[in-house]
Amino acid sequence: MSRSRDSAGLLLATVLVAFALQLGPLPGYLAVLRPYWIALVLCYWLLETPDRVGLGLAFVIGLFADLLFGTLLGEQALRLVAMAFIVLRFRPRLRFFTVPQQALAIFALMLNDRVIVLMVRGLSREGWPPWEFWLSPLVALIVWPLLFVLLDDIRARLRGRESS
Amino acid sequence: MPSSGANPLFVEGGAGTLKLMAYLAAAIMLMAADHRGGYLTQVREFAGLAAGPIYRIAAAPAAFARYVSDRTTSRNLLIEENRTLREQLLLANARLDRLGAVQVENLRLRELLGGTRGLQLSVQLASLVGIDLDPFRHRILLDVGSRRGVREGLAVIDANGVVGQVVDVTPLNSTVMLISDPSHAIPVQVVRSGLRAIAYGTGEVGRLELPSIPLGGDVRVGDELVTSGLGGRFPAGFKVGTIETLNPDDTRLFIVAGARPAARLDRGGQVLLVWNSGDEDGPGFVGPPAEAGADPSRNDKQPANAEPSAAQDAGKEPTR
Repeated sequence: MSRSRDSAGLLLATVLVAFALQLGPLPGYLAVLRPYWIALVLCYWLLETPDRVGLGLAFVIGLFADLLFGTLLGEQALRLVAMAFIVLRFRPRLRFFTVPQQALAIFALMLNDRVIVLMVRGLSREGWPPWEFWLSPLVALIVWPLLFVLLDDIRARLRGRESS
Repeated sequence: MPSSGANPLFVEGGAGTLKLMAYLAAAIMLMAADHRGGYLTQVREFAGLAAGPIYRIAAAPAAFARYVSDRTTSRNLLIEENRTLREQLLLANARLDRLGAVQVENLRLRELLGGTRGLQLSVQLASLVGIDLDPFRHRILLDVGSRRGVREGLAVIDANGVVGQVVDVTPLNSTVMLISDPSHAIPVQVVRSGLRAIAYGTGEVGRLELPSIPLGGDVRVGDELVTSGLGGRFPAGFKVGTIETLNPDDTRLFIVAGARPAARLDRGGQVLLVWNSGDEDGPGFVGPPAEAGADPSRNDKQPANAEPSAAQDAGKEPTR
């Protein structure tokens, strides 16, 4: 019982860190490269603990992100729910991919996410974004292995400390 | 998860399609309600209170870095900076004195015409919260909100020119739409020739566009643009940008001018919120000042208007 509570704390902490990373200031040329941290972290938890993380949590996190970023209320909720659904659908396969294969899958997911953003903003008449808009999935491709290994390591350590 | 009971590993479709549909519908409904505006202001205001601390946490690393760099700046550098700032202040003061004289004269002339509207400016200093919202949406976040008297529609400027306007206010923060946003437009005037036009954002930080200038319009590359004050939202006379390109449009009947914004839209720590003290009641009046005697009801209203705005000015520093 205590273990699952521990993991919930970790989940909350990682989501908060993701928010901070997403909001933290960067110089202009780096800011366009910023991956969608919130989605990446959520993706990790969807793959690892799908019994606790589902569409509902994705929706709530998305709403919260919308309020923080001043985007249209529901935009990020829509993006995260769509992503969560795809991840959960293909989870049995994704879970047994090697890390590079997973990274490629994440790349596709993030590309899909960008398309959704384009659809939403197109409908609310926000205009066509510059080409740098498409760089962030590439960065996600590079970042994913690091994130995956890091989070796995943190969880293994926490578990090790509990059992000892 | 409904499927978590039996054997989640081999159950196809960890999430029900029905659930997905429900969530997607909810998200789309929310977006529609938000886009149409009005319905969710309360929610946003409430959430804005909760968001404040998170903004502060996210901004902390950058604030710390700035603190360290401030602390380690060498004495010589500070002295040097102090000297240049003093020089700049002197220059600015000299210029202000001259402008002051012009303003007094202008005021007198306007009084003769029967309207002082649009001359008294109020300002309020605001800092950017050190966070990045989406780099592809041209919004910045300020650390002042409705509790400090910020209202929707206030113009935002920095030392070099117009930055944008306030579009969203919560009690502690406010969001500014930059003039480079594709859905933003600002009435401008060419300083040299007085030609009036409207500058639209393009979605690129370094470029504005002025479509529909008549072919005979007196405009050249290098011309400076200032706000014209039409529409009442942006006070007149602030720098907006410099004309960089001139091209005929598709119909060959008009010129499309490209301009570079004067303000540093992508960087900058502090900005000023400005508004005409004359229109505390909102930018309702549009048009040239009335001629004396032409509209007695407006003349009657002037003194009544001046009273509350003077009281309001006491809290802030009025500029000339």
